[in-house]
Amino acid sequence: MNIHEYQGKELFRKYGIPVPKGVAMTDPAGAKAAAQKLIDETKNEYVVVKAQIHAGGRGKAGGVKVVKGADAAQAAANEIFGKTLVTHQTGPAGKKVQRLLVEQGLAIARELYLAVVLDREKRRVTFMASTEGGMDIEEVAAKTPEKITKVTVDPAVGLQPYQGRQLAFALGLTGDAAKELGQIAAALEKIFMQEDCSLLEINPLIVTKDNHVLALDAKLNLEDNASFRHKEWEAMRDMTEEKAVEVEAKAAGLSYIQLEGNIGCLVNGAGLAMATMDIIKHYGGEPANFLDVGGGATKEAVTKAFKIILTSPGVKGIFVNIFGGIAQCDTIAAGVIAATKELGLTVPLVVRLEGTNVELGRKMLAESGLKITAAATMGDGAKKIVEQTKGA
Amino acid sequence: MAILVNKDTKVLVQGITGAYGGNHARWCMEYGTKIVAGVTPGKGGQKFEDKVPIYDTVAEAVAKSGADASMIFVPPPFAADAILEAIDAGVRLVCCITEGIPANDMIKVRRVLESQQKTRLIGPNCPGVITPGECKIGIMPGHIHKPGRIGVVSRSGTLTYEAVGQLTALGIGQSSCVGIGGDPVNGTDFIDVLTLFNADPNTDGVIMIGEIGGSAEEQAAEYIKREFKKPVCGFIAGTTAPPGQRMGHAGAIISGGKGGAGDKIEALKSANVKIAPTPSDLGTTLKSMLK
Repeated sequence: MNIHEYQGKELFRKYGIPVPKGVAMTDPAGAKAAAQKLIDETKNEYVVVKAQIHAGGRGKAGGVKVVKGADAAQAAANEIFGKTLVTHQTGPAGKKVQRLLVEQGLAIARELYLAVVLDREKRRVTFMASTEGGMDIEEVAAKTPEKITKVTVDPAVGLQPYQGRQLAFALGLTGDAAKELGQIAAALEKIFMQEDCSLLEINPLIVTKDNHVLALDAKLNLEDNASFRHKEWEAMRDMTEEKAVEVEAKAAGLSYIQLEGNIGCLVNGAGLAMATMDIIKHYGGEPANFLDVGGGATKEAVTKAFKIILTSPGVKGIFVNIFGGIAQCDTIAAGVIAATKELGLTVPLVVRLEGTNVELGRKMLAESGLKITAAATMGDGAKKIVEQTKGA
Repeated sequence: MAILVNKDTKVLVQGITGAYGGNHARWCMEYGTKIVAGVTPGKGGQKFEDKVPIYDTVAEAVAKSGADASMIFVPPPFAADAILEAIDAGVRLVCCITEGIPANDMIKVRRVLESQQKTRLIGPNCPGVITPGECKIGIMPGHIHKPGRIGVVSRSGTLTYEAVGQLTALGIGQSSCVGIGGDPVNGTDFIDVLTLFNADPNTDGVIMIGEIGGSAEEQAAEYIKREFKKPVCGFIAGTTAPPGQRMGHAGAIISGGKGGAGDKIEALKSANVKIAPTPSDLGTTLKSMLK
């Protein structure tokens, strides 16, 4: 799950990481008053208006404006709010700005990069620091990997003070700023573990002209698997940032991702679901979705899954590819029949069933009166559905 | 001989009194697996299916039943604790089937695993391990397997079944099949399993199924190039997966420009692994390498 920058900064404040003063809002009308208050408090006329969307690259897309004075802040807020930002992370459709953050401006001396990630090779939490703040870190990693310093945390003892110093010196910090960086790193490790992050990124982390360190941005990804111990996440969730159909699928215990193609897929198991997309593409088709009904799928879940596919715009054919292990072929068949009974079936349907209770499942489908093309293997099924949707 | 488990493996089940764990424990018993004990805290003294004794702790179950392997069905909030308990009790092989364990919990488990020599963890979020005809520890459908001489190792459960089903249909049996799981932090990797297959005189070749995310396949390719002596057929799921999207498995995500299928396929090809053109060609591709 992703959260907004302003929510990340609230967590930073809670753990003692310095962030600029700021006010978040869902209505741009409050921008002028918020800006005036910041100007009065900081004696600095510069304020920053930032679009709050779940995607990076906002600055380049015109979602961040540095302005002078409260009136200019209001004008910037009016301009950014409601605008659809297209960045390298939003996809071509972009994201509509529905929340804003108005922040104090700061005199920046240097922009740095600091992140905490799970290093999958080491199976440990790892800090990544770079002097190249404000840049696309993937580009830095590709072009100048020597500019990224990595520090790995031993989970038995946590981040040690010497590692904080390693990070600070790698970033070229001195005096107060070096000490502050050590404290920030320690707090970041706490946040990563206690708040169950899968990614924590500050880009840029800034050094002010008076040599203090602040987090000018905050990107946090929270790990979905840990949601059982974070009841507070529900309130932080911004549903407008998520696709309604994916939320609906998740509530039914399905793993569903909408894609651009026209062949709907219903599969059990994540690996097989991915492989089904791959094989459809191999035979010249385009998958409309990734859908894993999961191992313990009930008839209700399968019905729901099939309904989601049937009602997806652009679906011209459906491929059901099941290798029943825990999921049983008869359950899948029952779900498919129930969903089509309710919604009808107007597009070609190819079904490949294999594994547990396969004979019963095939018999149920054969007797259902549905127009179904049976497939012997997944390759056979993929070929058939691609043929049947060609030109559709 | 096969790897990891055989007809003499004695298995205890953590979470045997849950509906899910109970069903699978029964199915494993029906397959012929020696299920010798169950563990559910607070239910010690009871019996599962009127014959398998249940204990309060893994230590007690091991002491009284002589179990050397464990199969874990404990729900995600308690699963890491269950693994640690099994490690502490000195269980040789722990298969954690549970899906949805937080990565931060697994980082700690992994640290403990690395500090000892006795326990090997398979999974979590995996189908388990099977030596056909001898011992099934996990949730795979037993009937699709056939005893034989091909090893299967995979990050994906259903794709393992796909490979096994294709092999069996071609009359090719399996020595052992190991699902290493779809999570970013797991106990056993491709290299670990390949090393075992390499040393197993009863394994003649291997099907290896990877997926997007991480770099375990690239590391395996390095190992295969360096040391592996037997033919390997490979497949990587997720060639068409969009970056930044978690494809069901917690570990199946292309992030930071890394973990894409293309790099993995290239790495495996350079290690002389023959890549199946589609997931429907795993069996025939492997067969073509045996001649």
